[in-house]
Amino acid sequence: MNFQRPESLKDSCNHYCPGCGHGIIHRIMAESIDELNIREKVIAIAPVGCAVFGYFYWNFDTAEAAHGRPPAVATGIKRVMPDRVVITYQGDGDLAAIGGNEILHAANRGENITVFFVNNACYGMTGGQMAPTTLLNQITTTTPKGRTLEDGWPVKICELLSPLEGTCYAERVTIHTPKNILKTKKAVKKALENQLKKKGFSIVEILSMCPTGWKVPAEESIDLIEKKMTEYFPPGVYKDV
Amino acid sequence: MKKLWKGNLALVEGAIAGGLDAYFGYPITPQNEVTEYMSLRMREEGRIFLQAESELAAINMVFGAALTGKKTMTSSSSPGISLMQEGISYMAGCELPAVIVNVQRGGPGLGNISGAQGDYNQTVKGGGHGDYRLITYTPATVQELYEMTRDAFDITLKHRIPVIILTDGVLGQMMEPAEIPETPEATGETNPDLGWNLTGCRNRNPRFIRSLIMNEGGLEEHNYHLWNKYEKLKNSAQWEETDTEDAELIMIAYGTSARIVRDVHQKAREQGLKTGCFRLKTAWPFPSKRLMELSNKAKFLVVEMSMGQMIDDVRLACESKTAVEFYGRPAGGLPEVSRIEEKAREMIG
Repeated sequence: MNFQRPESLKDSCNHYCPGCGHGIIHRIMAESIDELNIREKVIAIAPVGCAVFGYFYWNFDTAEAAHGRPPAVATGIKRVMPDRVVITYQGDGDLAAIGGNEILHAANRGENITVFFVNNACYGMTGGQMAPTTLLNQITTTTPKGRTLEDGWPVKICELLSPLEGTCYAERVTIHTPKNILKTKKAVKKALENQLKKKGFSIVEILSMCPTGWKVPAEESIDLIEKKMTEYFPPGVYKDV
Repeated sequence: MKKLWKGNLALVEGAIAGGLDAYFGYPITPQNEVTEYMSLRMREEGRIFLQAESELAAINMVFGAALTGKKTMTSSSSPGISLMQEGISYMAGCELPAVIVNVQRGGPGLGNISGAQGDYNQTVKGGGHGDYRLITYTPATVQELYEMTRDAFDITLKHRIPVIILTDGVLGQMMEPAEIPETPEATGETNPDLGWNLTGCRNRNPRFIRSLIMNEGGLEEHNYHLWNKYEKLKNSAQWEETDTEDAELIMIAYGTSARIVRDVHQKAREQGLKTGCFRLKTAWPFPSKRLMELSNKAKFLVVEMSMGQMIDDVRLACESKTAVEFYGRPAGGLPEVSRIEEKAREMIG
């Protein structure tokens, strides 16, 4: 067992709230990059959202994109540097709301990039507003009485992107238990390997906790993933070509 | 040897001669020939062409390619350029080099597809949010469309300030003789390390490029840094003067309006009127100093294909020390030679 800091993570304190899932996901991503020995080839895109400061924690080249635009920015990089490993790390507001068009078309073109999509069912950075993935009846600062159908249905991204010809791999995972963390690591690594094999567009949707945004204690946020999120967003492999 | 070239095609050849690595664009009239001809020429040259799903995506693909230090560009027309303003502001904040061509059409809104000059303020006064400037070239001939686009890539890489080629639908669609050499062989390294670009952190520490600066005083410092760069360029404006030495009235214009003004001037001189022409080749930096000098001996008539945007900069430049008057027509009309002539005669008195 190796409990050292992966080389792909900087020696820094992060700004995430207690109980947040980003730290776990950063570590999974960093371990996978180390194991594939691709750190020096990675160019990552940090989103607008809680992970915007990714570049303070990730020990590889990183740029910040405008809200929702990481798939377009990644396309620009990948097209001019096809032998680099291009990663976008996006939240649900970034990817599924404002960036809906960019993700759809990057997937449809089969852009040979890897997308890590962190779905925590709210806008964390701005204080816990409704996201496109907010569950029905879920209370947020813009659905104070719970999300209703007046606000629309929560968006299922893996289900939406997997029928596209250009998508080679779409899997939904969670990080609320150690067993699922290991499963997530497998998916993250596979999504990176796909890019190395030039297989096309890969996305891993990661259900993650946001106790601050959900206004619940950290332990309860883990239960909510198990009981509520996985019910509406079933984990599993949606596409693997 | 000179050949007949369409403006929109000439600028594509200029970009290719300037070493363009990657073009991203989205169709819009009256610049479609740019995207269409790019799709043919770039792939012929073994370079990157990609039709984006929107102008938002196009400018962000440009942002991505620019992060790596490659020569990259997009082109559009007024409504599409409005959509790109977010990306342009981010590029200005991140100090990314790129070339953006605006083949202006009429606005506001969808307006129509005829040439216009209604985007001057948007281009030189920001357009997107925040305090920033864009190096702005204003070609007036098909030859200049070729040359300015060709040279824009080295300029943007040198200063790390995005460059806009501000032209219009008249010039983009027009054909006239131009000298356009065969494409030279591409030279230079494929992935040079420019000291700032993202290419993967092999043999160096990781880099990051961002425009979000949250640390105490950091953003202010960054803005001062940008502003110092802009200040240094202030005196590198480019322009062309005709018969200004003895002129009593100098007509100031850029792009298509400058061509109309040139005709007015020739006729006026034949009739013994002491007119002169001042044509902007860059709208930012603006030739303020020279206009101040000229304002000591001549009146100014500003001609634009708008209701008057550049005129504000002219007035500021000369601190209204001389009479500064305006003739223009808004989008949908073209300035008339006879009306400008009338106005000039009236001003000379």
